[in-house]
Amino acid sequence: MIPVQCFFVLSALLFFIGVFGFVTRRNLIAMLISIELVLNSVDINFAVFNRILYPGQMEGFFFTLFSIGVSAAEAAVALAIIINVYRVYHSDQVNSIENMKF
Amino acid sequence: MANIVIFCILAVVILGSAVLCVMTKRIMRAATFLLFVLFGVAGIYFLLDYTFLGVAQIAIYAGGIMMMFIFAIQLVSKDTLQGMIEHFKGSRVAFAFLLCLIGLVTVAVVLLKNHFIDQAASMADVEVPVKKVGSALMGSGKYQYVLPFEFISVFLLACIVGGIMIARKEDKK
Repeated sequence: MIPVQCFFVLSALLFFIGVFGFVTRRNLIAMLISIELVLNSVDINFAVFNRILYPGQMEGFFFTLFSIGVSAAEAAVALAIIINVYRVYHSDQVNSIENMKF
Repeated sequence: MANIVIFCILAVVILGSAVLCVMTKRIMRAATFLLFVLFGVAGIYFLLDYTFLGVAQIAIYAGGIMMMFIFAIQLVSKDTLQGMIEHFKGSRVAFAFLLCLIGLVTVAVVLLKNHFIDQAASMADVEVPVKKVGSALMGSGKYQYVLPFEFISVFLLACIVGGIMIARKEDKK
């Protein structure tokens, strides 16, 4: 029997590794990869809360399932935007997009 | 006991791959390490006996999203294959490290000092039957999820249309 805390520590560490990557990276695709790490850690948390703290219910299970679907859609649109940005600016760095910078 | 050993192996794989994914300079390697993280998370779902969720994770994330990432990386830049032209600025890394440390300590204190953990039930050692999953996904009663299911289908359609609209080449008239 694995204690619940182990899962929480794992998912918190994964979350903050993702945040670290999001802050340090300047490449658009690398930032998107960091966001995927964050989303995965949150999905682990949902599944563990449901399975260990509230067995017999299915809310966390379905929330994780829908979250996987939403993140797939989000990645598709984000990659389309990145490809379009590359086509316009010929660069995949965040600093290249400055038109709307305040 | 076996569960704990498997959990430790999975945790080491996930965290190690995640750190390498964030720190590596080549973006193709970052995508490959992301794939290992996704497989590890699927392993966690299998460990929790959510086999349907694990299969969905492998099919959607490791199958679909990774393929899109690899295509996008290949399309975006030739330079990224030789190595990202990116040097980590020291001040930004230090700032991010500090931010993550503060956040991690906050989350750890909140989670471990909270008392809802104490009601951890002993995990039933049976797999959630797929029949139950299917009837909950397709039913329209209480605690059944046909409405979000329909919403997500419309949402995916909207994303397909939006993705094509954004990424398509402007035709020069």
